[in-house]
Amino acid sequence: MFVKFIEIHNFLLSENIITETQKRISNAFDVFDHESNKTVDVREIGTIIRSLGCFPSEADLHDIIAELEEEEPTGFVRYEKFLPTMTKILLERKFRPITEDLLLQAFEVLDQQKKGHLEPEELTKYLTQEGEPFTQEEMDEMLSAAVDPDKNVILYRDFVSMMTFDDTR
Amino acid sequence: MGCGVTKNSEFNKRFDKDGNAIPAAITMKAAVLIQRWYRKSAARMEMRRRYTWNIFQSMEYADLQDQIKLYNFLGYLMDNFTPSSSERKLISHIFRENEVCRDAEWERYFSYTNIDVPDIYSGPRLTFPLDMDQAADLLEAFKNKQQLHSRYVLQLLLETWKLLRVLPNINRVSTCHSKEITICGDLHGQLEDLLLIFYKNGMPSMEKPYVFNGDYVDRGKDSIEVLLILFAFLLVYPGDVYLNRGNHEDHIINLRYGFTKEVLSKYKLHGKRILKLLQKIFSWLPLVTVIDQRVLIVHGGISDTTDLSLIARVDRHRYVSALRPPKRKTPSRANVYADSERYDEMLICKNRRGSLTFPKTFGARESFQRRSLQDFSSTVARTLEQELEVRHRQAEFSLSSFSKSHRILSSTLSSDSEPESSEFADTSNDEWKQILDLLWSDPMSHSGCIPNEVRGGGCYWGPDVTEDFLNRHNLQLIIRSHECKQDGYEFCHNRKVLTLFSASNYYEVGSNRGAFVRLGPDLVPYFVQYQATSTTRGLSFPQSVKRTEHTALKVLREQLFVHKSDLLSAFQEIDKENTGLICLTDWASAIERVLHLDLPWQVLHPQLVSSTTDGKLDYHRWFRDLALKKPSSEHIEQSMLETLYRHRSTLETIFRIVDTDNSGFITFEDFRQTLKLLSAYLKMEISDEVINELVISTDTNNDGSIDIDEFMEAFRLVDKSRLERGKSLLKLKQDNQSLPQETETPQTVDSTFPQTSQCPALQTADPPASNTADSASSQTAIPPASQTADPPGSHTEDSSASQTEDLCHISLVVPPQ
Repeated sequence: MFVKFIEIHNFLLSENIITETQKRISNAFDVFDHESNKTVDVREIGTIIRSLGCFPSEADLHDIIAELEEEEPTGFVRYEKFLPTMTKILLERKFRPITEDLLLQAFEVLDQQKKGHLEPEELTKYLTQEGEPFTQEEMDEMLSAAVDPDKNVILYRDFVSMMTFDDTR
Repeated sequence: MGCGVTKNSEFNKRFDKDGNAIPAAITMKAAVLIQRWYRKSAARMEMRRRYTWNIFQSMEYADLQDQIKLYNFLGYLMDNFTPSSSERKLISHIFRENEVCRDAEWERYFSYTNIDVPDIYSGPRLTFPLDMDQAADLLEAFKNKQQLHSRYVLQLLLETWKLLRVLPNINRVSTCHSKEITICGDLHGQLEDLLLIFYKNGMPSMEKPYVFNGDYVDRGKDSIEVLLILFAFLLVYPGDVYLNRGNHEDHIINLRYGFTKEVLSKYKLHGKRILKLLQKIFSWLPLVTVIDQRVLIVHGGISDTTDLSLIARVDRHRYVSALRPPKRKTPSRANVYADSERYDEMLICKNRRGSLTFPKTFGARESFQRRSLQDFSSTVARTLEQELEVRHRQAEFSLSSFSKSHRILSSTLSSDSEPESSEFADTSNDEWKQILDLLWSDPMSHSGCIPNEVRGGGCYWGPDVTEDFLNRHNLQLIIRSHECKQDGYEFCHNRKVLTLFSASNYYEVGSNRGAFVRLGPDLVPYFVQYQATSTTRGLSFPQSVKRTEHTALKVLREQLFVHKSDLLSAFQEIDKENTGLICLTDWASAIERVLHLDLPWQVLHPQLVSSTTDGKLDYHRWFRDLALKKPSSEHIEQSMLETLYRHRSTLETIFRIVDTDNSGFITFEDFRQTLKLLSAYLKMEISDEVINELVISTDTNNDGSIDIDEFMEAFRLVDKSRLERGKSLLKLKQDNQSLPQETETPQTVDSTFPQTSQCPALQTADPPASNTADSASSQTAIPPASQTADPPGSHTEDSSASQTEDLCHISLVVPPQ
């Protein structure tokens, strides 16, 4: 009986969590639903998922999108399909966030000479050739925010704190 | 699926601080990490940019909704008077144009020859006909912040008028001789953008033709300069500069959105004449431009009934303002002339119906249905019917089809069969709708064509309508403006419709780019985007997003603040146990119920709410935090502060409308009439004496007329000191004039003053009885119509009273004698 009670309690608790989660998903979806008809462009799915705090890799994203698309791809994703998939992802916490320390360490790895900063060319080389490569557009965008205009280098410590500071959960 | 994230320890294990070579695998992992993190940040940024955009657009539409309510009130003004009433004079005064038909009279009115230009004037001195050098000089002068003297303004405008009058409704342009045509969208008084366009693209000339697609004025601060430059180039190169009319080329719109104000403040002496002349000029602007018979350029868009051959035939100058019916033709029969005024007003009544009121339909912007536009229309329609019945009996016109009149609430304006006017009414209604559609419509992604309720005019039209229209007219592309776009331009409807917007930083510095497009003989568009303002050049994308977001949120917080009373009631309805706490989901839905802005509140809440405990928000504290960010005004009570902030534009617009000669003052009589009409509209019964007192007391500086500040004051809750001032003023006047006997008034007031329940917005004070106790003094007690100490939450509203919802929140100040 007691066990049942706990089960029920957990169930109710999780219901609440589910509702809050679903609200978050619904809101994020709505921001990109331009026509207010509960569909979003499939190309925005990555943005929506990431804005909800998940970090799927490009490969993961491809899989997710494949799941979300209609049998005959229309270029749009419907909310009815998006909601359960996204709820699962969030609840299972499939993609955990990256802490600031870890991020700094990653930059330090790239900064082989331990200069404390990175040249734009260095960073560009790494990010457009290694891992899940950036497109030229993404690289340009990042550089415009990351490069210190006076010294023409990337002071990655400052960059990381600037970006993570703004990022409200 | 996800490969997860490497743990810290793994990293540390292989991390070599002594500078030993690190395996390539690590580098890859590092790169992946950074890439993922950056993509997440970029997504967040994009999210913020989007909802910031949504905020601005919602606010813009919300403002439009207010505008609609205002027009409904004005419509009410037009419809509701009896022939014997003196209010009629005010109304025809407000809404009639000076029907000076003969051109000679106009020329005399707008004469500039007797305006002297002082020697110290250092601006351009224009001689006509204008040439290229003068136009360039004018440009230079404006760049240097000089102002063109009113004499030259009038002269330039007169010449423009003369030219526009001979232009057809449809400009036809050709790209032969390998000419590239440059097309620009909305400029909205942003001179910097126009200068930037000319800098990047060159000034108009025979080799460089331009088409400008409307909305030259309003919102920006240099509307008149933008206009003068465009007109100057039009005069110099009449065959190479084409101007389309936009929905802001409309004097009623200008009253609200800043152009009228700008002209009056820049040209204090001759502003009125300039505005009057511009009224005519706007009505003479061509409606659309067609390039090579293949590309249509129009400000708003089309509808499923748009027909260019009909457009070509209309008398466009009869449609001075989209929101007023067409001017009547001079009646041909002598005996009709005697009744022409009445006839005219009846026509106005009928025709006006169709402009702003649309039936409640499904639509893309579902949320706006909740606005009480429908309620407005049905209220006014009923009154119209009653009124017309009265006049039927009096007027002996056959009104057989008037029962149909309130069913003009359909997207096609039905014809009213007035014997003298049947044909006239028919075609003019059709024509009017055609023009409204051209200037006000927006594209949508669904198929079909539905009335544009958000804007109150024109349609939303779908890709099928585009397809059909293009086929019927043998065109291949529609270029339109009217909507702000992030990147300055945007295609839709399968690249058959292009929206072009040339006012950069429209909502805020960094909010959007502007764009113009060049079309060569191949008719392939070539875009140029730009962003004026030197400050944005240094901003990176994240920085400009942040900045725009900051402004949007500020504006949003303001809106939340001014709706505090309503929000508080909504929260308290949910928080029945009065814990002072509310969960976020409920918070979000309550806000949406009150504000109807259709924003993603859950996404926004971190920005609007500083802290929560256990996922619950302490809403009293939240209101206090909101208030902290506002300028303090201790004298003004909360709800009235809200009213003031909320209705400032509307009240100001009402004032400007009543002030027909744009003098900055309105007469006592006009003000009195306005109050009477306002109170009738709001279903408040106020006796004439009370209104008289109100009028007198409003003139606080005692100069015999009412200026805009005094007008605004009248609609504000008074602070005690002002009340005292009013009291003593009246006492002064009482001593000097004879006023109704004290003893009579309490009774009158008792019977005529409404109870709180009937009109919730009119927050009456303690019932009259308690005040009469005070009348032991020589002053009679009339309960103040506005309440200084209203308990919070008693500001509840009946949804049935919602038709007078927002306008009703104005409380009239009636100081006790």
